[in-house]
Amino acid sequence: MHPTLRAIAETVVPATSALEADGWVTLDRIIANAVAARPPRMRRQLALFMLVLEWLPLFRYGRPFSKLNPHRRQHFLKSLQDSPLLLIRRGFWGLRTLILMGYYTQASTLAVIGYRADPRGWSIRT
Amino acid sequence: MIEKSCDVVIVGSGAGGGTAAQALGPLVAAGKSVLLLEQGARLGDAEFTGRELEMANRLYRDGGGFLTADGTMTLAFAETYGGSTVVYTGTSLVAPERVVKHWAIPDLPHSDIAQRSRKFAEANNVHLLPADEINENNKLFVEGAKQAGYDVEQFPVNVKGCRGSSLCNLGCPNQAKQGTNRVQLPDAERHGVQVITRAEVLRILPDRSLEVRVRRKTEGSAGAESEWAPGEYRVRARAVVSAGGSIGSTALLLRSPVGRALPRLGYGFTCHPALILVGEHAQPITNDVGHPKSYFVDRAETLGFVLETCMYFPFVTAKALTGFGPPHSAAMRAFPRLQMILVLACDRASDGNRITVDGDGTPVVRYRFAPTTVRGLVNGAQASARIFFGAGAQRVHTPFAEPPTLERADAPYLEERITTKHWKPGKIAVSAAHLMGGCGMGRSAMDSVTDGWGRVHGLPWLRVADASLFPDSLEINPYLTIMALADRVAEALKKDLGSL
Repeated sequence: MHPTLRAIAETVVPATSALEADGWVTLDRIIANAVAARPPRMRRQLALFMLVLEWLPLFRYGRPFSKLNPHRRQHFLKSLQDSPLLLIRRGFWGLRTLILMGYYTQASTLAVIGYRADPRGWSIRT
Repeated sequence: MIEKSCDVVIVGSGAGGGTAAQALGPLVAAGKSVLLLEQGARLGDAEFTGRELEMANRLYRDGGGFLTADGTMTLAFAETYGGSTVVYTGTSLVAPERVVKHWAIPDLPHSDIAQRSRKFAEANNVHLLPADEINENNKLFVEGAKQAGYDVEQFPVNVKGCRGSSLCNLGCPNQAKQGTNRVQLPDAERHGVQVITRAEVLRILPDRSLEVRVRRKTEGSAGAESEWAPGEYRVRARAVVSAGGSIGSTALLLRSPVGRALPRLGYGFTCHPALILVGEHAQPITNDVGHPKSYFVDRAETLGFVLETCMYFPFVTAKALTGFGPPHSAAMRAFPRLQMILVLACDRASDGNRITVDGDGTPVVRYRFAPTTVRGLVNGAQASARIFFGAGAQRVHTPFAEPPTLERADAPYLEERITTKHWKPGKIAVSAAHLMGGCGMGRSAMDSVTDGWGRVHGLPWLRVADASLFPDSLEINPYLTIMALADRVAEALKKDLGSL
């Protein structure tokens, strides 16, 4: 997995750090499939946004994003989320959405959060 | 190019297309041919697994995350046999009289919509769920609303043999929901209407022919093969009924030469922008079992919002919660204790909000949030917080506060804490599933695309029969009204067909 994406994932969903290797592979595959289904222009924008996100902290903290400690990563991502520029907020929202998709649609995660919906409905809750 | 011909061709199989197909079905016995083209696939019952990502990708355009042009809202609409009736919760309401009066469409009385809506309510087994099938997520809504002083109404729903999977929005895995895929389309097919799936209509040409591309089923994908061989087709018809939904029908006409003579095509788009809010209780509640949507509070007329009970799946819920990191994860780990409310804003048709197509003919939805729409969302978020706390929630997550978590101690200060100043498009997850307008009804081509019977101005052989007909927001869940309008469109077409 791309180191920047992994660093963002660990910041957006700290529980990803507890994922086994196959959990990361699944997360990466889900994101890759979702991105592949989007138009080429959007894929280019996403790649560019990841690049900016990795190197922008160099000016503020002297290190790229993936080398920051967790506290600074949180702080930096919050500044993107609250940016006055729609383009930046939207870029972060897109990345955040992909990571949440990659983590919260995994079967192992459902047990972690206690989600139990089942096609059999009420019949298995008695 | 393979040539086909028929008397009537219907594009789309959702609430509009499915209804039109059923209503036109008897024409087949009279020697006419009726064809329905559906872009999506026909899924087998066993392919409705209830798994979030899998079903979202099988049933929805862009997995349910179709983005507006500026990327600040996602739109959810289905592409499958049965259209969006496969993925709604089956909530069945008759259009409010004041809304239809406000539309002021000649020859479209509210009484006609109401009478036809009641007909489909009966046909699709619409009823109130008994009390013993209501889960705690819904009961807490009633209790909280009572504490907060809101009148609550129960949703009639169109289910038969509901097992309470709570998975309605992923397509019912038990086929209990009575959408067009269960009622109208099978009936139409029994009458001889030919339904072709995986058939995308590219353009409608002035000679009443349609350019159609039938796609091959890709390896490993769900659903049956198309009824026709993959390839390019030209379908000639005496009459065409476009029922691809607000975005689908509008984009199809915009791609087609026939759309050039329609100056209002694409305008008047509304969608009830929605937020998912959650309240956290101290104890687990039944939320991910049972029908998810049993009650609502209607403040559309006075405060611009409707609140509905709801229950979404982990990824959708995670996306809806504002923020990230430990606070966000803590809220997700509280899943068994979460109560959920959907806030719908009653937006208004305006020229800035419209459907266009890009150079490839792909739909593009241009949407800006009007101040009144944002106000409706904030009013709804305040009311939801009152209901959550009234129901005993410990904390409430709302995107219109900073930080987005309110504790019980904040309950007396909700109007100061939940405000429009925290509205930030692109930060807050807004989604919409009630997509309306684009081929609005009206008096002439100067103010609309069709007349009150769905006849496209200047093109009597071309009809529209879906939510794109709505000239403005409906302010309630739309599918019964779509069926009522499609029924009218089919009735008029049957009368006119001999002269077309």
